[in-house]
Amino acid sequence: MNLAETAPAPEGHVTPDGRRIGGVLMEMRNITLRFGGVVAIKDISFDIREGEIRAIIGPNGAGKSSMLNVISGFYVPQEGEVWFRGQRRGPMKPYEVARLGIARTFQNIALFDGMSVLDNIMTGRLTMMKASMLEQALWWGRAEREEVAHREQVEKIIDFLEIQAIRKTPVGRLPYGLKKRVELARALAAEPKLLLLDEPMAGMNVEEKEDMSRFILDVNDEFGTTIALIEHDMGVVMDLSDRVVVMDYGRKIGDGTPAEVRSNQAVIDAYLGVAHE
Amino acid sequence: MDQLLYSAEVVLNGLMTGVMYALVALGFVLIFKASGVFNYAQGVMCLFAALTLVGIMNGQVPFAPLLSAITGNRIGTFGFTVPAALAVLLTAVVMVGLAWLINMLILRHLVNQAPIILFMATIGLAYFLEGLGDVMWGADVKVLDVGIPQGISESVEAWTHAVFGYGFFIDRLDIVAAVVATLLVAALVMFSQYTRQGRAMRAVADDHQAALSVGISLRFIWVLVWSIAGFVALVAGIMWGAKSGVQFSLSLIALKALPVLMLGGFTSIPGAIVGGLIIGVGEKLFEFWVGQLVGGATETWFAYVLALVFLVFRPQGLFGERIIERV
Repeated sequence: MNLAETAPAPEGHVTPDGRRIGGVLMEMRNITLRFGGVVAIKDISFDIREGEIRAIIGPNGAGKSSMLNVISGFYVPQEGEVWFRGQRRGPMKPYEVARLGIARTFQNIALFDGMSVLDNIMTGRLTMMKASMLEQALWWGRAEREEVAHREQVEKIIDFLEIQAIRKTPVGRLPYGLKKRVELARALAAEPKLLLLDEPMAGMNVEEKEDMSRFILDVNDEFGTTIALIEHDMGVVMDLSDRVVVMDYGRKIGDGTPAEVRSNQAVIDAYLGVAHE
Repeated sequence: MDQLLYSAEVVLNGLMTGVMYALVALGFVLIFKASGVFNYAQGVMCLFAALTLVGIMNGQVPFAPLLSAITGNRIGTFGFTVPAALAVLLTAVVMVGLAWLINMLILRHLVNQAPIILFMATIGLAYFLEGLGDVMWGADVKVLDVGIPQGISESVEAWTHAVFGYGFFIDRLDIVAAVVATLLVAALVMFSQYTRQGRAMRAVADDHQAALSVGISLRFIWVLVWSIAGFVALVAGIMWGAKSGVQFSLSLIALKALPVLMLGGFTSIPGAIVGGLIIGVGEKLFEFWVGQLVGGATETWFAYVLALVFLVFRPQGLFGERIIERV
């Protein structure tokens, strides 16, 4: 590891709709990930800037989810470097990555089914609690103040995502669309620097998709949260994101604004299919 | 009237025995909930904790026979005794260390393996621990006396005699065990409901992947859970050891915990308590009413037959999570 190496100089600009995009928050450099002989990701580099919504798209099996798993520490790439907030990140366990301020949701929803919506969202703040075990068990000293403060934050998120009515419901009983929303709430509760969404709209109907799109935009707008998301629905991706990475067979075939990507010949070929020679 | 009073006494004694069963079952539930592992070694952990406690209290040198054989000198004891309270504390520390070791040497290497593999590993652990206890502290039957009062409680007898005209026979040890078990359960509930670690524990019990994604270290939680289970094993070991002496058959109390778990459900702490009480009362009442008709000794099999009935009609137990298979 070369300590003299630094992240690219921070620069910023303001989007047409008035959101501030800052310097580079996360940078992936020449990432290669293999499972045995299968190359899931091949030599991919891209960056995510502070405050932007960055999408990763591509056909099935392109390696999008693998990329998200690399960012969140669930997979460790064989080659390449991951830079976060100007520092190179060594190989880390997923829980350590979470403590750095990277929160995520899952394609197949990973919630604590036996716990209430409120308890689920509170787990998002576990790493921020400081009171000792004894204080908490006896509801004494810092524990009470802390719990109240965290509850307040969580209630804000609950209001924000409009799930007040199901606060006490065990998550296992909720319908799919609401579960997705609770998962987003739990990720937000961690006040992440970077929020990773793995197909936040998969399996939703049009109405639920519209709701979710609105929430994603509002989160980005109100909290200034940087978001990286994977999505299949091209319309949604083009509407939501500032910049798009396009992957196909583990390679990067396009990177740019939605307009740029849409007119990229390689991307069109990948999506519509073209005879390979 | 007399018959009714006898029955009431039998029920009371059954409840007390049930508490003792529940104490053992608790340890199983804790580990099963957090990691999905059925810890076959839980009974041996009770034995090991009790052995260690007696050893420390008597100032016994660990591995004394082995050391004697190697050095040629007779090494037996340090020549001092340790007060009970301090010894309990030290044993708790040993159990935490054991939890950490089990994690480092076994569980860590079996992450993502099928439950049956983890189960087999705990069987191995059970025999290893039994051997280790033997080598460390010797195989002789030991008396455990941590100062818990024993024998018939005269005050209960006098009081019931005054009220009902018939004195109940209740062992004072059983009363202490009931109080200790109640406190232990209250502490466990408080821990899992109100502390950050408790919440993390419930989260891990529910979904490993999701727990990782909110910053919970699985390894830490597993060490924590095994430590708590080790502590529960210590408490159970003290109670059973004080009741019937510390000997290797102590590890067999785990077998009595199995029907308790089937009744109460493998994932429920209240289930372990209620299951223990039902079996305790059930086997005593059955012995009292039916036992005399069939020649007695029903206590040895009643619990298992009851568990079998439950397996047929309610396999998840009274409080366990319903198993719903989606097609």
